[in-house]
Amino acid sequence: MLDFMDQIPLAEWTEKATDWIQDKFAFLFEPIKEHFGNFMDFISGEVLTSIPPVLFILIVAVIAFLVSGKKFGLAVFSIVGLWFVYNQGLWEALMSTITLVILASLLSVIIGVPIGILMAKSKIANSIFTPILDFMQTMPAFVYLIPAVAFFGIGMVPGVFASLIFATPPTVRFTNLGIRQVSKDLIEASDSFGATGPQKLFKLELPMAKSTIMAGINQTVMLALSMVVIASMIGAPGLGSQVLSALQRASVGTGFVAGVGIVILAIIIDRITQNMNKGKE
Amino acid sequence: MAVVEAKNLSKIFGKNINQSIKMLDQGISKEEILKKTGNTVGVNRASFSVEEGEIFVIMGLSGSGKSTLVRLINRLIDPSEGSILIDGKELATLDKKALRQVRREKLGMVFQQFALFPHRTILENAAFGLEVQGIDKEERRKRAEESLKLVGLGDYIHQKPGQLSGGMQQRVGLARALANDPKVLLMDEAFSALDPLIRKEMQDELIDLQASMKKTIIFITHDLDEALRIGDRIALMKDGVIVQIGTPEEILMNPANDYVEKFVEDVDRSKILTASHIMKRPETINIEKHGPRAALERMRKEGISSILVVDEKRRLQGYVTADDASEARKKEISSIKEILKTDILRVVPETPMQEIFSMIYDTPVPIAVVEESGRLNGIIVRGAVLAALANDGEVNLDA
Repeated sequence: MLDFMDQIPLAEWTEKATDWIQDKFAFLFEPIKEHFGNFMDFISGEVLTSIPPVLFILIVAVIAFLVSGKKFGLAVFSIVGLWFVYNQGLWEALMSTITLVILASLLSVIIGVPIGILMAKSKIANSIFTPILDFMQTMPAFVYLIPAVAFFGIGMVPGVFASLIFATPPTVRFTNLGIRQVSKDLIEASDSFGATGPQKLFKLELPMAKSTIMAGINQTVMLALSMVVIASMIGAPGLGSQVLSALQRASVGTGFVAGVGIVILAIIIDRITQNMNKGKE
Repeated sequence: MAVVEAKNLSKIFGKNINQSIKMLDQGISKEEILKKTGNTVGVNRASFSVEEGEIFVIMGLSGSGKSTLVRLINRLIDPSEGSILIDGKELATLDKKALRQVRREKLGMVFQQFALFPHRTILENAAFGLEVQGIDKEERRKRAEESLKLVGLGDYIHQKPGQLSGGMQQRVGLARALANDPKVLLMDEAFSALDPLIRKEMQDELIDLQASMKKTIIFITHDLDEALRIGDRIALMKDGVIVQIGTPEEILMNPANDYVEKFVEDVDRSKILTASHIMKRPETINIEKHGPRAALERMRKEGISSILVVDEKRRLQGYVTADDASEARKKEISSIKEILKTDILRVVPETPMQEIFSMIYDTPVPIAVVEESGRLNGIIVRGAVLAALANDGEVNLDA
């Protein structure tokens, strides 16, 4: 009874669509792959590695000290943790991972915040983007590695692309939520004084929503970090690829060490971004 | 000229509004419309006009539509029907840009829950209206500071609103609205969130400020005492309809219907009634014409123990008692001047009854109500004060 029609060729369609996009938008993908790839290699290979590890550790420690309200806990943890990563010979991998995470997060924020604002302002945008966000968050990450490779080849760029899809939704959702939560009273007050839409947005809504948006950005950064292992499957260098190769060789020890490196980085980034949010209130 | 004028202003919340408007015009009630169409009538064909420099109070219980009505005046809510004129200019049909302009130049608003921007300092809050107009930083700082000084907050300008008490926050709200120097001030339950003592203080200050500013103020409240205290005129609302518009006295003395009457029943009348409402026509004798004998005769006839003495122009000179008059008659004193007593309490006709209430216990003779020119208007006896408080109808309504 259920066989009233043949199998819907969704897989086939998707492949055709991907081929078509790849073909038609090659003029877009190729320069992105090349220039963005070069840019990222430059950041991780030239800029970050040219900073002496000691200096880098000290800078992170100072930032940690300042944002945590001049307490030593986080600063000490940063020094010890980063030294440990260096000690394990993972410094270069760490720099690659940081580049991937920071760029992916930055792009997520640049794309996510405006979309969040749009969703807060327009019912139509809200009903269009909500299912897309659900789709992005629930679709297993491995699935969009395939088109990522198809579009951008292998390496850092498709890694960023995959991280972007996975990590952007929290920023969008929290921005939307933060703006919608601004109390009706305040909106009325700003309207009653004749504020224009942009004035209302920049003088009232975004400042009021800031801590909520920052919580979203914190989530985005953490999700981008959680993507590093998966991204390494398509050739993104960094701590993730260390974990992956340990997995392939069933070598528990090196896998664990690289894993600990990721955890250390996660804790430092998380605490710093959280404290940045708290400190400004 | 009327600064704010509403004509047939209605607001219906819901879908398919045209049908509901037709029903309103047919005089179908709010409940009936809700039942038949599912639409809520917020304001039902309200018409009023507010004169320049007037405090116009819109008063009603919650759900009466008063907050909706005030938002129709600056179009925070778009009217479903009717027109609203600010300075003779129609507001209901203005486009967004022109509407913003009117809001910036002519209308200031103060909110019940203050609605201060928590991320801005007091000064930045007060300067908000100027900031959105694009006035340069120095100028808006100067004007905001002046405005804050006006409401007595000159010292707190760099604090955040959260650090201030409710009363002070509302002063900031008031300063923010005044900084633009708007012609019309809309105050939506501006003092309702404050505790009673602070509320009274703010009411007094508003009255003081108004004496020098001469703004046109539309004040929303659910508190009749507040309405009577500050209102030059009061519009009473019920179920979205303006039931009566009048001065506080008119509303108290001649309630338009049972609803208004019920509303004003519980009012503390001692706060509203003045000497002129409760005074009686005095018995007097003329200081030039009459002697002790005539005075005694009049007192006996009226059954009173003292009588007021006036001159040719009815200016109060003092009083004589029956005892003194009969003594004088025995001693054959012919002039009333020799037994005249002048220690009589005097009040002006506008003196609130509350004040009289405390005075009357200390004096055996009636209190004289005297105009500023010295002319005697009437007297107040204890009985009249009590009668007025008891509201048994013996109040002099014509005064």
